Amino acid sequence: MKEKQLVCGNVALSEAAIRAGCRFYFGYPITPQNEVTSYMSLRMNEVGGVFLQAESELASINMVFGAALTGAKAMTTSSSPGISLMQEGISYLAGCELPAVVVNVMRGGPGLGNIAPSQSDYFQAVKGGGHGDYRLLVFAPSTLQEIVDYTYMAFLKAGEYRMQVMILMDGLMGQMMEPVSFPEMSESFSYRNDWALTGCKKREPRSIKSLFLEEGVLERHNKSLQKKYGEIREKEILYDTFLADDADVLLTAFGFCGRLCKKAVEELRGMGIKAGLFRPITLWPFPGEVFTGLSKKSRKIFCVEMNAGQMVEDIMFYADNKNKVGFIGRTGGGIPSVSEIVKAVTGKR
Amino acid sequence: MREIYKKPEALKDNITHYCPGCGHGIVHRLIAEVIDELKIREQVIGVAPVGCAVLAYNYFNFDVAEAAHGRTPAVATGIKRALPDNIVFSYQGDGDLAAIGTAEIVHAANRSENISVFFVNNTVYGMTGGQMAPTTLEGQKTLTTPSGREKKTTGSPIKVCELLSVLEGARYLYRGALSTPSNILKVKKAIKDSFQIQITKKGFSLVEIISPCPTYWGLTPLESLQYIDNNLLKVFALGEIKNTVR
Repeated sequence: MKEKQLVCGNVALSEAAIRAGCRFYFGYPITPQNEVTSYMSLRMNEVGGVFLQAESELASINMVFGAALTGAKAMTTSSSPGISLMQEGISYLAGCELPAVVVNVMRGGPGLGNIAPSQSDYFQAVKGGGHGDYRLLVFAPSTLQEIVDYTYMAFLKAGEYRMQVMILMDGLMGQMMEPVSFPEMSESFSYRNDWALTGCKKREPRSIKSLFLEEGVLERHNKSLQKKYGEIREKEILYDTFLADDADVLLTAFGFCGRLCKKAVEELRGMGIKAGLFRPITLWPFPGEVFTGLSKKSRKIFCVEMNAGQMVEDIMFYADNKNKVGFIGRTGGGIPSVSEIVKAVTGKR
Repeated sequence: MREIYKKPEALKDNITHYCPGCGHGIVHRLIAEVIDELKIREQVIGVAPVGCAVLAYNYFNFDVAEAAHGRTPAVATGIKRALPDNIVFSYQGDGDLAAIGTAEIVHAANRSENISVFFVNNTVYGMTGGQMAPTTLEGQKTLTTPSGREKKTTGSPIKVCELLSVLEGARYLYRGALSTPSNILKVKKAIKDSFQIQITKKGFSLVEIISPCPTYWGLTPLESLQYIDNNLLKVFALGEIKNTVR
């Protein structure tokens, strides 16, 4: 068995990125993700990579854009307000089909909000945020080991599909500590760069752009993007279930709330209530069909989130009957407690 | 028969979209000539701005990226950090560099990012129809200053070279103009100097080029050249604004 290390979530994701071969990190200070910038400033030096503290999140994402268009593995991290500022760049990266990993360690909003954990950027991550028809592959880890595993996978998928992958976690996951094991430092996968800008030695010059003025060309470009997103919908859906198969009451949650709901399911089962959990790991693509199947078997569904009700819209959309769906949520840094969830489930029955 | 004048290898044979009398074509050609002379075409990666020069990749015969409006120096930074042995330049207009991209240019200069910046200043937003730029002269009529730019409400033209000159990282700052053949040759030399500074890893350099925009100045191409000499150069001093490379 691999040796485990006790680290916080922000360090777990940083080291996982290094292990995946990320050698270009651009970031800007913002709480609660500051462990990433400080860790990367040391670690990139050790592995011969580039750490650069940008002048803004606008600059960070555009530096990622620059490194990514050479075919390099590049990443930036931030928290909610900073991710808002990056939306322009995220749209351009999507338009140019560049591989990159963007991490949002969410905090309370809107506006400056606070620095407490939150899940209120679900809409921004899965429904857009920036302009234009584009998608991000969005992973929502629920444990620190999942942060490691899905960060590593994020680099793989970013390269495979030439698109951005977002890790959506929250301040609590970033700050808490758990033992994790890291994959071996490996150069086992590198990105194809037969599309990248590297200087036109022994080949025709290339350009990377998202402007398509000629009639019909932008629509063709969009169709090809949608085709790629369709392929991802087919192949990349990930989810987790816990005692869901015979669940009379089905809890649904992502990220940290998934842990809380697992506990709540155990307590409810102890009370003789057949509860189960459905937890999407990819928020986009959303595991809709699987959920529809599970929803048919359950009498009541609750969606538990640290926001005012965002994923619940997808849950209602895919549930066999949206009238079954209830919502349990806290905002502004509030975290639903297990007893709160249990009470809501039993009280509302 | 000896060929004494031809299209540089670094330029493609495309029909230009630029207006008659526009300076961009001259700047493109100067950059291409220098790239040919330095034999660096296969190492060059250019970054095109948002603005009239967004279509630069239609003309440059080497790798070109297109950046979001004003973010060109940040994109160039990412490229140069990933490929330090390639030659990276950012090509920007006055709106791109001196308005929406002010933060990016200041910090790229301050880090002394080892890139070349070619800054085409024609005192007006061309692509969007001739609005006021940060470099628009006082009294100059534009689409958004119909009675002429008023200092009291919109400030004075930004002198980018002078602004950046206080930063230690800005190693070479040159301002030239496209108003006469002799001025054009000086711009070409400055472009060459800038590339050579980058090749020898001396850090950040910027060449500002005062360039005609007959369309939005409401002048003929010839009048535009006189307008540069008679009006713009009274505000924008020509020559080496700073050189700490020597």
